[in-house]
Amino acid sequence: MSATPQQFCTFFIQGLMYGVEVKTVQEVIRHQEMTSVPLAPHVVAGLINLRGQIVTAIDLRRRLGVGDRREGELPTNVVVRTSDGAVSLLVDEIGDVVEVEEKDFEDAPDTLASTSRELIRGVYKLNNELLLVLDTQRSVNISASAGESGPGTH
Amino acid sequence: MDEFIQEFLIEGSELLDQLDRDFVEFEKNPNSKELVAQIFRAIHTLKGTSGTIGLKKIESVNHVGESILSRVREGRLELNAQIISVLLSMVDVDRQLLATLESTGEEGDLDCTAVVQSLNAILVQQDAPEPEAAPPAPLLGHILLQQGVVSEGAVADAVEHQANGDPRLIGEILVQNGAAPQMAIHDALQSQSESREDPVNSNIRVDVNLLDKVMNLVGELVLARNQILQFTSHQKDPTFLNTAQRLNLITTELQEGVMKTRMQPIGNVWNKFPRIVRDLANSSGKLVRLEMEGAQTELDKTIIEAIKDPLTHIIRNSLDHGIEAPDERQAAGKRTQGLLFLRAFHEGGKVNIEISDDGAGLDLDAIRAKAVERGILTAQNAARMTDREIASLIFTAGFSTAKKVTNISGRGVGMDVVKTNIEKIGGTVDISSVRGHGATLKIKIPLTLAIIPALIVTSGGERFAIPQVSLVELVRLEGKAAETGIERIQEAAVYRLRGNLLPIVYLNRELKLAANVNGAGEEAINIVVLQADGRQFGLIVDEINDTEEIVVKPLSKQLKGVACFAGATIMGDGKVALILDIVGLAQIASLAGESHDHSADTARDDSAQAAGKAESWLLFRVGDRGKLAVPLSMVSRLEEFDPAAVEFSGNRQVVQYRGEIMPLVCIAEALHLPAQAVREGPMQVVVHSEGGHSVGLVVDEILDIIDQNVSVTRSSGDACLLGSAVIHQHVTDLLNVPELVMSMASEGRIA
Repeated sequence: MSATPQQFCTFFIQGLMYGVEVKTVQEVIRHQEMTSVPLAPHVVAGLINLRGQIVTAIDLRRRLGVGDRREGELPTNVVVRTSDGAVSLLVDEIGDVVEVEEKDFEDAPDTLASTSRELIRGVYKLNNELLLVLDTQRSVNISASAGESGPGTH
Repeated sequence: MDEFIQEFLIEGSELLDQLDRDFVEFEKNPNSKELVAQIFRAIHTLKGTSGTIGLKKIESVNHVGESILSRVREGRLELNAQIISVLLSMVDVDRQLLATLESTGEEGDLDCTAVVQSLNAILVQQDAPEPEAAPPAPLLGHILLQQGVVSEGAVADAVEHQANGDPRLIGEILVQNGAAPQMAIHDALQSQSESREDPVNSNIRVDVNLLDKVMNLVGELVLARNQILQFTSHQKDPTFLNTAQRLNLITTELQEGVMKTRMQPIGNVWNKFPRIVRDLANSSGKLVRLEMEGAQTELDKTIIEAIKDPLTHIIRNSLDHGIEAPDERQAAGKRTQGLLFLRAFHEGGKVNIEISDDGAGLDLDAIRAKAVERGILTAQNAARMTDREIASLIFTAGFSTAKKVTNISGRGVGMDVVKTNIEKIGGTVDISSVRGHGATLKIKIPLTLAIIPALIVTSGGERFAIPQVSLVELVRLEGKAAETGIERIQEAAVYRLRGNLLPIVYLNRELKLAANVNGAGEEAINIVVLQADGRQFGLIVDEINDTEEIVVKPLSKQLKGVACFAGATIMGDGKVALILDIVGLAQIASLAGESHDHSADTARDDSAQAAGKAESWLLFRVGDRGKLAVPLSMVSRLEEFDPAAVEFSGNRQVVQYRGEIMPLVCIAEALHLPAQAVREGPMQVVVHSEGGHSVGLVVDEILDIIDQNVSVTRSSGDACLLGSAVIHQHVTDLLNVPELVMSMASEGRIA
C-alpha cells in the first residue's frame, strides 16, 4: 500500500511465525475457559466470555490443518476484529510486534499446502526468520465448505 | 434545521401513516363516527401545525381536506370510495411535501393545484341536507361491542339497570352479571382512557442509542445479580439475604421495564399494509381481504425496522402473483375475494410471522422448468428435488416466473433480497405452497438482545439453556419406571405421557456428547417435555438444574450453520452456556421435519421420506455372504471379546462387560443365516444399549461406517429387518435392532 512500515502482531503455531496486522488485533489474552459447541465445525474450539461478550474461538492449528496441540499445552487467544465482530484465534504462543517493510514482502510459495496457501497472504523475510501474513478474514470465514473434513477446498 | 420543523416532520409522518390506516379502516366501517373524528383531528393538526410554523403549502392543501372532513363529521357529506381516493392522494401529496421539507428544509415547488382542485370539486358538490348529532365519546359498551366481548342485549340490560337507579358502573354490572370477563372490561377501559388521554403529554421521544446502552447495562446487571444470587446460597447473614432478595426483585422489574421500552408491536409495521393492499388491489382489479392476527406481538425495535421492507415486498408479491383476478377465482370455484392473512406469534424464543394467501400457489413445474432453463439446475437434479426444495428456489437471485413483469413485482430482484435481509438479522424464511390453494411464507426471527427465562440442564457435562417458552413440563422417572418407562417403536424411543405417546430425544446423542459423565441420575431419567412447531417431544437430559433469567447473545457467523442452538448466554459463574433451539433440535432429531409440515407435501410417499434421511450406518458382515447395516445411532460401542470370555447364564450366552452381565445375540443365528464355519481371533461385538441395558450383537466382521441417504426397499420377510438398500453397490440388509432385541427377549434368549 504505502512505503510506511507496517506493524504486525506475531505469534507461533507449530514453530512457525505468523502475523496479523496490529490494527486488526483487539487484544491478546491468556488461555480462557471455553465452552465447546457440539456439532460445530471442527475448527471452532469453543466460546469464551470476554467481559460479557461471547466470542467464538477458532483453533488456528485446526484451521491450518497442522494437527492438534499436545495434551496440557494451553493456547493463547489473539482476539481480532473482523467484519462480523470479534473472533478469537487460538495460537500456541504469542510473539512480539514487529515492523516490516514492503520490500521484504513476497507471495507465498506455490509449494505451500493448499489450506495454508489460502490463508496466507504472503511472506515477509525478516532477518532471522520468515513472517507468514495471515488473512484474518479468511481465517475466520469457515461457514463455506470448510468443515470437519478440513478447510480450503473451494 | 429548525427544531419546530424537525418536530413537525416526525409528528406529520406519524399522522399521515395514521390517516392511511384510518381511511382504509373507514372503508370497512363506513358508519364509524369515531374514525371520522380521528381523521378530522389528524388533518386538523396537520393544517394547524404547518400553519403555525409557516408552511403555507401544506397548510392550504390540508385546509381543503379539513373542510371536507368537517362536513362529513357534521353529516352533510357522505364519504365514498371516490372521495377517499382523493383524500388519500392528498395524503400522498403531504408525504411528498414532507419529504422535500426533510431533505431541503423548505416546502419546495411541488405543484399541488391538481389535488386542491379535486378536493374543492368535492366541496362544491351538493351538500347533504340534515346534519346529524355530534359524534359521541366512545362508550365502554361500544368498545366492548366492537371487540365482540359482550352481546348487545347484555349492554342494553346494563344500561337499563343504570337508568333504573343502579349506582354501579356499566363495567361492574357486566362483570357481576357474568356477561363479560373482568379482563375484557379492564382492557376496554384502558383503550377508552387511551383515547381520552392526550398523546402528546403521555409520551416522550428517546434516542434509540440511549435505549441500547441502557439495555446493555441492564443485561450486565442481570448477570451480576445472578452471580450474587448464587453467592447467597452460602450465606446466612439475614440483612445480606434480604438485600439480595430486594436486588433480585428490582433488577427483574427494571429489566422488564427496559425491555418494554424497546419492544414495539408488530402492528406498527402492519399498519401500513391495509393501504398498500387497498391500492394494489384497486389497481390490479383484484378483490382482497386483509386479515391480521397477533398484531400486538412485540418485537425489538431494531428488528421491526429490519423486517418492514421484506414484509412489504412479500405482501406485494402475494397480491401480484398469488391472488388471482376475481373471474379466475370464480372459475376455480373460490370466493371472488382473495384472502391475505398475516399472523405473528412467539414460539421457542423466536418471533414467527406467517404471510399466507389463498391464491394460485406456486407453479412448481414452472419453477422447475425455469431453473433448468436458467441453468441453475440440471434437468436430472430438478426432477430429483422435493417440492419444498423447488419452492425455495424462488429465493435464488434473479429468479422470477411471473408471466409478465408488472410494476409491482416479477422482476426477479425480490425474494432473494427478502431472504438476505431476513437472514441478516438472524432469521429464516421458508415457503410452502399447495397449487391452487395458496402459499404460506414463514419467517422466523430470533429475539436478539433479549433476556428470557430459561431452564438450565446438564448433559454430557455441559450446561444448556432451554427457553422457558418451549417448556411444557418436567417428568422424572425413577426406579422401576426408569427401566421400563421408555419404550421403542423401531428405532424411535417413546414415553407414555398420560396415555399419549411422546417421542423421546436424547440430548447426548443428538449433540454427540459424551454419555452421562458423572453418573449422576443413572438410576433416574429426566424428561424435559418441550413444544416445537406445534408438536411435543421429550428431551432426555442428564440433570435438570434450575431456571434462570438469561441474556440471549447471538452466535457468531461461524456457528450459524448449527441449527440446534439459538444463541449463547453467560451464566452466573461467568462461563458460557449454549441456548438450545428447540425447533432446530427437533428437526435434527427429525421430529419436526418437512414430512410433518402441515402444508404442501402430504402426498409424499414413504420411500421418499426414507430417502430424505441422511444417516450414518455401520456396515458389517455376518456369515460368508450376509452384508448388514445398522443405524449408527443404535450402536453404543464396538467391542472385541476373547471367545473364552463367553460364559453361560442358563442357556444364554453372556459376557461380563463394564461390571454388568451382557447377553450376546448371534446375528447369524437370529436371522437364520449360514454362520461362518470357523472363526479365529476375538469375537466382534456391536454393543447396543437401551435404558441402561446393553446387548451384544455378535457379528463376523465390522466393515465400514458410511454416511449415506439410504433408500429402503421393504422386504416381506423378517420383522428383524427394516428392509434392504443398496450400499456401496451391494444389496445390504438393514437390521432392526430394537425389534431383534425384543424378539430375542420374548424368546427368552436375553433378559
